[in-house]
Amino acid sequence: MIDLLGPATVETLEMVAATSALAVLGGIPLGVFLTLAPKPIARPLGAIVNAGRSLPFIILLILVMPLTRAVVGTTIGPEAAIVPLALGAIPFYARLVESSLHEVDPGLLEAGRSLGMRTWHLVTKVLLPEALPSLIRGFTVTVVAVIGYSAMAGVVGGGGLGDLALRYGYQRFETDILLATVALLIVLVQAIQSGGDLLARRLDRRGPS
Amino acid sequence: MIKIRNITKRYGAHAALDGVDLDVAPGEVYGILGRSGAGKSTLLRTVNVLERPEAGTVTVFGQELTSLGEGDLARARRRIGMIFQQYHLLQRRTVAANVALPLELAGRTKGEQRRRVAELLDRVGLADKAGAYPAQLSGGQRQRVAIARSLAAEPHVLLSDEATSALDPETTTSILGLLRDLNRELNLTILLITHEHGVIRQVADTVSVIEAGRIVSTETTAEFTARSEAPAGAAAALVPGATSLATDRPTAEAATGRIESDHADALTPRPAPGPAARSEANGPQS
Repeated sequence: MIDLLGPATVETLEMVAATSALAVLGGIPLGVFLTLAPKPIARPLGAIVNAGRSLPFIILLILVMPLTRAVVGTTIGPEAAIVPLALGAIPFYARLVESSLHEVDPGLLEAGRSLGMRTWHLVTKVLLPEALPSLIRGFTVTVVAVIGYSAMAGVVGGGGLGDLALRYGYQRFETDILLATVALLIVLVQAIQSGGDLLARRLDRRGPS
Repeated sequence: MIKIRNITKRYGAHAALDGVDLDVAPGEVYGILGRSGAGKSTLLRTVNVLERPEAGTVTVFGQELTSLGEGDLARARRRIGMIFQQYHLLQRRTVAANVALPLELAGRTKGEQRRRVAELLDRVGLADKAGAYPAQLSGGQRQRVAIARSLAAEPHVLLSDEATSALDPETTTSILGLLRDLNRELNLTILLITHEHGVIRQVADTVSVIEAGRIVSTETTAEFTARSEAPAGAAAALVPGATSLATDRPTAEAATGRIESDHADALTPRPAPGPAARSEANGPQS
């Protein structure tokens, strides 16, 4: 069983880590843009983001196969699964980033402008640093969602724990494997949630401590 | 130092500023008094063009700010300090890092920043709080940090947006005292807005009253105070040593009522020292 669980866990972690990194790289600029861009630009962009988010992930997975082939060269395997995973995760995180940035006191932006800041400094010295604890909480939520999505990557032969649970646990009635994968996933999600919460709390300076 | 000519600012059909002129001389403390919604906050924000007026000009140090593009305007703003009622300190930066912010923007070296921050914190009496976060400080301490931050880039003008309105009377007095000292020692020109008589009396040299987007009077604080107190002179004697608006406010009401119809009712009194005075002060408004 370890022989099956070990590689599957590694595959899941690979997919989740790569997708999460792409979610940050794509989601933060997109979220900043959604927050600051003038409405005629932000609105259509927001509509595209919403369209991406309204597709069930399993459909997105199939829809983007041509893109996946163009980027990765194949539509099968964990690397190929990262393309649809990232396309699902980036708009997801971008919306959370947008809502985090909206929580920053507008007075701080006004103070920044009074100090002679322009957009770049307002983003890098005020918005993002002040929203950091909230951005981390949103990232934690994103990573947990990506773990869920990654289970569906089995459909494209992506591997990982979800794939294992489906093929061995469900199709071959090996209940012990099914339970073991579920337990592993629960531990993974708990660890990520606790880690994210702890980090966000330590970085939050709003309370007296 | 600051020259404002005929500025107008509208929000929809409502004119927040309706043809305002203002002249602030170098080295003076200039107070603008008015009730909420009178336009004083909008007026203050036009000085560093955080609010861009639809018409009229704003000139600071001989530079017409209303004609500048965003880049030049951002640079010009670095020479105009500003403090706020809610302090607006960055919560995730220490006191020292907040004060260093304008120096970072100006591209000063770490060493220069450290020296200047230490000097500024010492000046506002918070040398021991350099490593603290704003949430760990009292309101008065936060405003001192904000003052230190606003002075970091060595501005010649300080704009104060109701800087003491969230503070208790003792803290208000000490913050106003600090502003007075800075005005004298650094020859810092200060333009402040407030809804409190007491603030004007404690710190301003000149006062303008603003109502419905128009300046309705401009005079020295001595003249203004004499005019405000005249009808209540006899009654004020009942409260010996009283200096704040809160204490003489009921007596003004007890008098002729002439002042109220003018502008005194715009001014929310501080909590009065005694229960009797408080009920009298708040009665007509609540």
